[in-house]
Amino acid sequence: MVGLRYIPDVTTLKLDIEKCTGCTMCTIVCPHAVFAIEEKRSKIDDADACMECGACARNCPEGALTVDAGVGCAYAIMIGSLRGTEPTCDCAKDASCC
Amino acid sequence: MNKRAHQANKPDRQTCCQPAVQIGDRDVSKLSRHWISGTIQTPVGQVPVVTTRLLSSDKIGSYKARWGVGRMASRVEPGLYAVGRPTDKSPVLVSANYKMSFDRLRSCLNGTDSWILVINTHGINVWCAAGKGTFGTDEIVARVRSVRLSEVVSHRKLILPQLGAAGVAAHEVKKYSGFRVRYGPIRARDIQAFLEADMKTTPEMRQVRFGIRERIVLIPAELVLSAKYALCAAVCFMLLSGLGPGVYSLDRIAEYGMASGLLILLAYVAGTTVPPALLPWLPGRSFSIKGVWVGIILAAGIWWYASHSPETFRNQWSVAGWLVIVPVVSSFLAMNFTGSSTYTSLSGVLKEMRVALPIQICCAVIGVGLWTIGLFV
Ligand code: SF4
Ligand code: SF4
Repeated sequence: MVGLRYIPDVTTLKLDIEKCTGCTMCTIVCPHAVFAIEEKRSKIDDADACMECGACARNCPEGALTVDAGVGCAYAIMIGSLRGTEPTCDCAKDASCC
Repeated sequence: MNKRAHQANKPDRQTCCQPAVQIGDRDVSKLSRHWISGTIQTPVGQVPVVTTRLLSSDKIGSYKARWGVGRMASRVEPGLYAVGRPTDKSPVLVSANYKMSFDRLRSCLNGTDSWILVINTHGINVWCAAGKGTFGTDEIVARVRSVRLSEVVSHRKLILPQLGAAGVAAHEVKKYSGFRVRYGPIRARDIQAFLEADMKTTPEMRQVRFGIRERIVLIPAELVLSAKYALCAAVCFMLLSGLGPGVYSLDRIAEYGMASGLLILLAYVAGTTVPPALLPWLPGRSFSIKGVWVGIILAAGIWWYASHSPETFRNQWSVAGWLVIVPVVSSFLAMNFTGSSTYTSLSGVLKEMRVALPIQICCAVIGVGLWTIGLFV
């Protein structure tokens, strides 16, 4: 995303290159172009762009990707810790999706 | 039955020659909505045909939803819908049953012949629902089965919005339903280009953006989210303004209380509207820091105002109090905008909050302390 970058060096995203078959699925689902395919394997090319949405890990057929997915929402985290639950997004958020 | 639906259901509209059967328990004739223009005959019965033109009532509906009004009423009944005159070869696009998502999709399908499979996300948009898992593998597999999609189309492909991927495992959908998932573009307006390009997305179509328009439409929801807290705080400050040496006094509320309440509301409006609008230009990566800048500018304005008309404020203590309180409020509200942004990670927000929240609390205590001293000196 041009111009907007969040706090660096925090993502929990991990790639187990041994399991990767280079199917390119992660490059298709990632909304922030985190991955690149190099020598028929995936590569984490821009880790700091990762928003931990979990799309890549869920769609990797080989289970080569892991990430602690969750909502990056301060309000949800506060509500979650007050209620003693996981942060959940119950607010009126609407991203521009179809 | 809807009159238009009745007229449109003429024999020449049929694509197959089987008798009408109802799909599951869905009675098509009861779906009389202005965006349904008729029905189309399929091997599993009549399927409603939707229009691709948005009427002003659709637009008003999405405008209201942005303000949090009638969001729950804006659901679309899950099931299969047709656009144009689709055949068994036409593409199947999967949508959430949030009216705004559905509207955006159908309005971008003008001139195409396609199917829309609306799944039940409880009236929540694709991205949020995917995060919660309601736009998920199980629901898609179950919906494909309940509408008997494999009897309607001869191919075995589903087109999903890319932002749904966080909730759906494509390989599992294939395993359990036989349908292969193709992730389409993020923005509905790229769908036609995607269909024409043999269902291939460009890197551009796959990247989420957070441009000024996308940010500005989120402002109403931010205002609504914090409105009740802001109003509560404003009333508290107003009432507390009656305190002072001697007895509680209504005169003081009239003299200083109104201004106090207004300052809280000002900080609330600034903190919810300015950071979203000016996000890329406010210095700092943390949203709480971006919010502090807005607060500092506002505080500078207050300071300037106080030096010109000091009678608005009780004394220097209360001015000092406001100079601390206002940046804290806008910093806190800006931090809450992380939830609506499209690029903040949970780990990042946790890291930001671990630093920002204690500072915000300390400053709030100091600010309110100064202001309270100002009540009594
Ligand atoms: S989805 Fe998994 S297997 Fe496929 S390229 Fe990415 S990491 Fe490799
Ligand atoms: S978690 Fe989401 S943003 Fe991060 S790499 Fe995976 S798909 Fe991309």
